[in-house]
Amino acid sequence: MTGVQFLFYAFAAMMVFCALMVITVRNPVRSALFLVLTFVSCSAIWLLMEAEFLAITLVLVYVGAVMVLFLFVVMMLDININRLKEGFVKYLPVGIGVAGLFGGMLTWLLYNVEAADLKTKMRTMYPPSAKPADYSNTEELGEVLYTVYVYPFEIAAVILLVAIVAAIALTFRRRTTTKYQNPDQQVSVKRDDRLRVVKMDSEEKK
Amino acid sequence: MFDFITETALFKEYEVYIMTTIYVLVIMIPLFVAVAYTTWLERKVIGAMQVRIGPRNVGFRGLLQPWADMFKLIFKEIILPSGANKVLFVIAPVITLASAVAAWAVIPFDAEKVLSKVNAGLLYVLAVTSVGVYGVIIAGWASNSKYALLGAMRSAAQIVAYEIAMGFALVGVLMAAGSMNLGEIVLAQKGTNGLLDWYWLPLLPLFLVYFISGVAETNRAPFDVAEGESEIVAGFHVEYSGMTFAVFFLAEYANMILISALASIMFLGGWLSPFEGVHNFLWLGIDMHALTAWVPGMAWFFAKIFIFIFLYLWFRATFPRYRYDQIMRLGWKVFIPITIVWILVVGFMVLGEVSPWWGATA
Repeated sequence: MTGVQFLFYAFAAMMVFCALMVITVRNPVRSALFLVLTFVSCSAIWLLMEAEFLAITLVLVYVGAVMVLFLFVVMMLDININRLKEGFVKYLPVGIGVAGLFGGMLTWLLYNVEAADLKTKMRTMYPPSAKPADYSNTEELGEVLYTVYVYPFEIAAVILLVAIVAAIALTFRRRTTTKYQNPDQQVSVKRDDRLRVVKMDSEEKK
Repeated sequence: MFDFITETALFKEYEVYIMTTIYVLVIMIPLFVAVAYTTWLERKVIGAMQVRIGPRNVGFRGLLQPWADMFKLIFKEIILPSGANKVLFVIAPVITLASAVAAWAVIPFDAEKVLSKVNAGLLYVLAVTSVGVYGVIIAGWASNSKYALLGAMRSAAQIVAYEIAMGFALVGVLMAAGSMNLGEIVLAQKGTNGLLDWYWLPLLPLFLVYFISGVAETNRAPFDVAEGESEIVAGFHVEYSGMTFAVFFLAEYANMILISALASIMFLGGWLSPFEGVHNFLWLGIDMHALTAWVPGMAWFFAKIFIFIFLYLWFRATFPRYRYDQIMRLGWKVFIPITIVWILVVGFMVLGEVSPWWGATA
């Protein structure tokens, strides 16, 4: 086993273990932290595939931003585990059905009539040749994204923009009861607005 | 000199690993010494600004003070709060330090002196530093303390807000240099006008936004609400003592130096001399390029880092702490619009090949 293979199996094992922990751990904060670890090991596997842009972006976006916000919310909420588990028996048949469907599809794919063909393919398929050191995954991805896939890319961007506008529109309402400060007014305040000098005679001592 | 080692078969087989480890140590050990002396410098500089003397009893002018502090912290007892989540409580400072240290892998110290020439170096730095917030969040949550949790919440919100502004500032640099490799970003700033060729001039708003966001990211004054000792005791590290506490401090100062290094690479030309190609200084006929040719690039780089470190200390001695809502307002409503507008301006400047930064002369 080469070093790269060892790394792959190590990170793959860690990823599967963490993914399992995400759905089995009782504490929601620990579950979110395991999800973070899953992302990190996934990013390590992508690095092994020389897809450094995707790997780094996964850490940057999902680990660095999305999961931080997720944890932020999860830590603040007092989630009652028992209530979440209430429907477990009720939904168990559906869950088993879905799991069975996926398992069946995978088994069908692997042990189909063409299984012999697939097995030989998997045996004879060599890993893609390693790229030269000056190969930039980022540039390659950018080129494809802005030429071949420019419309899907921009449509996705617009959909995200709509989602942002909608989210802000839903939460943006000015409450008249809250007091807030206007820093511009605070900074531009003049002496005469706040201070009044009163001239008066001193009192006589009686 | 080390022929008897380098000639052995064992060394040859593992040469890459051994040499990488040695290079890592060559970066790490001076970094930690620099961190130690940044604490000394901070106390001296702030002392001078407040007309005090600062440390002076341990060693000449207090120069051994960092070591005294270090040994004190090492021998102190580490207290694990009874209600804490023990594993996460111990892991938290490690995550903070690891992310502060890992980013140094792609920092170029001179033209060829860099541990790893990563093509996506800029993204790597941004990703690795963004992981550091987990140390703060996990520390705050695992401590099982109200103040710690409040500090962690503040830190999370603050870092998410400022990371966007920081990312946009880096997009500007990326557009200007046309590369994410930190070494190539520095070389793109090379020209015949010395320090006027650097990106601080065309990207001035982004430069300011980047450095101020950097101060906010490292939780330093005036943005240190995550610690805020006057409001929430010590924020996320209230429950930490001894070495675990020291590791948080180590990470904070390592992050300060890192942000300073990145700011000098992206906006102040990294290891380039400020007199690069200046043969007729101020039209006086003085050939500054030849006069300063003997200065190694690394010296310029360290001098630039020092300027930013001094700014950090200066901020801390000068500004009162921001209020929490003011920090949020500054991040979301001031910095992000500024960066978005300036990215457009940079785009037009690059298209218009504004000299001396872009176009044939650059």
